[in-house]
Amino acid sequence: MTADQIIFLLCAALILGSAMMVVTTRKLIHAALWLVAALFGVAILYAVLQASFLAVVQVVVYIGAIAILFIFAVMLTRREMLDKGAQTRSNWWLPALLGLLILTGLVLLIISQPAFGRTAAEIPAGVDTLRNLGTALVSPDAFVLPFEVASVLLLAALVGAVYVASGNKE
Amino acid sequence: MNFLNDPINFISGWMRGLLTGWGLPDGLTTVIIYFIGITVLIVFAMVLDILLVWVERKVVARFQDRIGPNRIGPFGLIQPFADIIKLIIKEDITPAGADKLLFNLGPVLAIASVIILWAILPLSAKIFGVDLNVAVLYLVAAGALGTLSIIVGGWASNNKYALLGAFRMVANMISYEIPMVVVLLIPTILADTMSVQGITQAQSGMWFAILSPLALIIFLISAIAELGRSPFDLNEAESEIVAGFHIEYTGMKFGLFYAGELLHAFTFGGFIAVLFFGGYGGFFGLEKIGFLSWLNNPFVQSVVFLAKAMFGYWVIMWIKYSMPRIRIDHMLAFNWKFLTPLALVVLVNTAVLSKVLAGLPNWGYVLGMFSSNIVIGFITIEILRAYGRKQRKVEVKLSPHSEQNKEQVA
Repeated sequence: MTADQIIFLLCAALILGSAMMVVTTRKLIHAALWLVAALFGVAILYAVLQASFLAVVQVVVYIGAIAILFIFAVMLTRREMLDKGAQTRSNWWLPALLGLLILTGLVLLIISQPAFGRTAAEIPAGVDTLRNLGTALVSPDAFVLPFEVASVLLLAALVGAVYVASGNKE
Repeated sequence: MNFLNDPINFISGWMRGLLTGWGLPDGLTTVIIYFIGITVLIVFAMVLDILLVWVERKVVARFQDRIGPNRIGPFGLIQPFADIIKLIIKEDITPAGADKLLFNLGPVLAIASVIILWAILPLSAKIFGVDLNVAVLYLVAAGALGTLSIIVGGWASNNKYALLGAFRMVANMISYEIPMVVVLLIPTILADTMSVQGITQAQSGMWFAILSPLALIIFLISAIAELGRSPFDLNEAESEIVAGFHIEYTGMKFGLFYAGELLHAFTFGGFIAVLFFGGYGGFFGLEKIGFLSWLNNPFVQSVVFLAKAMFGYWVIMWIKYSMPRIRIDHMLAFNWKFLTPLALVVLVNTAVLSKVLAGLPNWGYVLGMFSSNIVIGFITIEILRAYGRKQRKVEVKLSPHSEQNKEQVA
């Protein structure tokens, strides 16, 4: 087993364990913090895959912005949000079966890919992946259209948020 | 390869030879050497932190016209060690209603969020943790963990003042992160890379502080806000919420928050040095002259870097101990209505000018960049002055004294 595989297995255990805790823990703020742990595990996976930009953006966006806003909202609740009821319903086996089916399908799909089981080629020393990503995002024969559409969407969301927050000033 | 020119690689090469000589596999050797390297870096940062306690106390004493610690050891140098012993033997209290695990996690995260910044801080061209190609974003990501530590600590304390402090910190961090991210793009544009080594080397001829002084000022302000130091220390405003997020912490757990804050301030001094003052280099080409080539020595570079970082730290302390705390609505308005638009204007200006002036000789490029910043700064000050004049007129109308005056006159 190579070092990469060991790190991957540890990471996968961290992600799955934390994700499990997110839905099973009874304290809301603990759930939010387990979510942070799961997202952090994904960031480590990106780093292992040499996608440093994605890894850092994962931390900045998901932990720095989204998770902190979750925690901020949860903090307003204090510990009275403890849920005392049963955590499963009588028909829990149905989603479990569905989940199992989807997992099996995905695994079969991945195994059928020609690239399955191959080791990724090392990125050559002179190649700056970050620069390539940046160029791809703004070059017309790559991703400039989705990139611009996404920015227009975000701008619309921003304008909408400002309008909603500014109140009715008629 | 010898020790004086490349100490880290020399030592790691020697250790690799030693460990493989003992028959260890190659992979394990790499892991052990990296582990030792990380430990040495952390120990260096923490030992520096102990000295920073002394520096901070001495400097604040001078700002406040006092002498500062001077009883234990020469110039009070042993005072921080006495403080540490005191903090360790103090009673460690966990409040009754506290969330034990999170309560203990808070201080650990606080110091960890600072230590991980040292991974990318280049002490010299040869002495650094790692040269990430996304180092500038890594700085922002580490700040997110710092926020998390304060939220976790403040919430888990089960104390209303701690919770209020944590709330204020979130408002502070989330808003000041935006001008910081925008302004971090300016060294990125000027150096054409996000790696701190690249940014440092791009400044060997001219500091970015001269190419874009406004960016430096905005970065300094948002760094102080991210540190939560005065005038942005609303999270621990002692006159309102007693001690803020760390009110329930005692002994060494409080010590970790305190040490984390000091080291964070110094680390940001280091980042100011790297991003705007040429880091370990930036000698304006002096190092290329024959008899001054010793400036390229890693040890000399480390000393230069630490001196520049200490200067940045001193400026942060200077501001901290000279400015009163600002009110939370003023703080948010200052960020959203002033700092963020200004940062965006400076960013657009830098991005456009760096392409327009690219063909000019070096002095024209520097002059164009510098003067455009001066013009933007001047316009900003004029707008602020007009705004201030308008506000004063409104306040005169609203003030009760003016009404009385009118009645008396009538």
